[in-house]
Amino acid sequence: MLQQVLAILALPIVQTTIWILVVTVGVILSVAFAVLFERKIIGWMQLRKGPNRVGSIFGIWPGVFQAFADVLKLLIKEVVVPTRANKFLFGLAPIIALVPALATWAVVPLSPDLVIADIDAGLLYVLALTSMGVYGVIIAGWAANSKYAFLGAMRSAAQIVAYEIAMGFALVGVVMAAGSLNLGDIVRQQAGGPLSWNVIWLFPLAVVYIISGVAETNRAPFDVAEGESEIVAGFHVEYSGIAFALFFLAEYANMLLISALTAVFFFGGWLSPFDGYLPQGSWLAQPSFLWLGVKISAFMFFYYWLRATFPRYRYDQIMRLGWKVLIPVTLVWIAVEGVMAYCKVGPWKVLAP
Amino acid sequence: MFVMILFYAFSSVLIAAALGVITTRNPVHSALCLVLAFFTSAGIWLLIEAEFLAIVLVLVYVGAVMVLFLFVVMMLDVSFEELRRGFTRYAWLGWLTACVVILELVGVIAARRLGVDATQAPTPLPADYGNTHELGTVIYTKYVYAFELAAVLLLVAIVAAIALTMRKRPGLKVQDVAGQVAVRAGDRIRLVKVDAEKRP
Repeated sequence: MLQQVLAILALPIVQTTIWILVVTVGVILSVAFAVLFERKIIGWMQLRKGPNRVGSIFGIWPGVFQAFADVLKLLIKEVVVPTRANKFLFGLAPIIALVPALATWAVVPLSPDLVIADIDAGLLYVLALTSMGVYGVIIAGWAANSKYAFLGAMRSAAQIVAYEIAMGFALVGVVMAAGSLNLGDIVRQQAGGPLSWNVIWLFPLAVVYIISGVAETNRAPFDVAEGESEIVAGFHVEYSGIAFALFFLAEYANMLLISALTAVFFFGGWLSPFDGYLPQGSWLAQPSFLWLGVKISAFMFFYYWLRATFPRYRYDQIMRLGWKVLIPVTLVWIAVEGVMAYCKVGPWKVLAP
Repeated sequence: MFVMILFYAFSSVLIAAALGVITTRNPVHSALCLVLAFFTSAGIWLLIEAEFLAIVLVLVYVGAVMVLFLFVVMMLDVSFEELRRGFTRYAWLGWLTACVVILELVGVIAARRLGVDATQAPTPLPADYGNTHELGTVIYTKYVYAFELAAVLLLVAIVAAIALTMRKRPGLKVQDVAGQVAVRAGDRIRLVKVDAEKRP
């Protein structure tokens, strides 16, 4: 009996399914704590305490279970469907928003030997799936049959399309450096201490990628899609209860994903920042999931820091920044990188002629 | 077996979605059906191990083209009553086109004897084979001129599209961004020293 169970568990398809479950549940739990992290960080930055009630009964850290309390509250609330809304699409939109945010994790290398799908066209898969996320927003805005939601959806669609191009061009530079579309290979190419990470050689592209990442996830200061002061809450203004919670989950899962991808593409993914500075045997110098986690947390902190610091961009400024600043910067740096690769400076010395 | 089930599932969804594109009354629903059709055909391409084409189909058509399409369809106020009025008048043209297309398809299948039993299932390639790499190699060596020509053609199309739609209207108010950025506090605010006055 036990042997049969073990044999079933050893099947590749079962193993993959288990890993998919582990990663998905991990992402969802991380979202819960990322929300708490955000509220605490922004609270401290604004000299408040942040959430400090739920969980204090267990002792030392008040507020730990705030996110779970929020989800419970949203679960028991009524989902209101507006009159003359398209019910099917209205229900479908949160799912469409959430699925790409979770599915992209399949190709993210979490540690040297843990990636659910080690595919060669991994980077293209990432780009294809992140570009799907916009449908959740558009469909939500359209199906709700509300002016504000529709305006938010239109803003978001234009913004995501614009910044996707800058993002894709920034990744062209990464692909040129790595000579591969496989995310694991991209990380492995950056081995050898923080000085050989892509962020050093591709600094302008890294800046463009980080800015576009903030814009892609509709976060402050690019959150005109929600724009509380003008259009109430943007595309999800008509959503309530658990349907709203799904949008919330999708937004934070996307933030975690963009943080992980920034770490993978420009900051050496699971590589240790002490590699080459500490003795090889030291666990601090070993590549592991720990470092990816640290980097993801650092970028999440960066997101919250931005949100607590900057006012919202004006819409035309967002468009100008995307089309007229970020895209030319990437084009210039791709050309510079071509020259560097031709002269075999920097990480390109390993490339075949 | 599993692949066959997937193939039939994808194919039936694809056909249903394609029918949806031409039969639904709401243009937004049609566009969404087209998105579904693209997505399922990408799934079918994955089944024949053309992963690069499948991903690019999703990336380009689903991720970019259809978003703009939806954008336009949602914003435009198209009068569909008017469009539908011509339906019966031009129906014969539609039937004619359909017949020609069906004849051509049958002709191709008959001429090449492409029956279900005549075509072999493609032999599965080893797990480390990636057609992204193969495609890149071929495009940049053997077909480099054709590839560059296609790129130039696309560039011309982009320039033409912009040139055709750009029109200079008189009396347009446009922001001078460089001027806005160059503004200093001194240009906007004048600090004036005013002597205190005695209360009358």
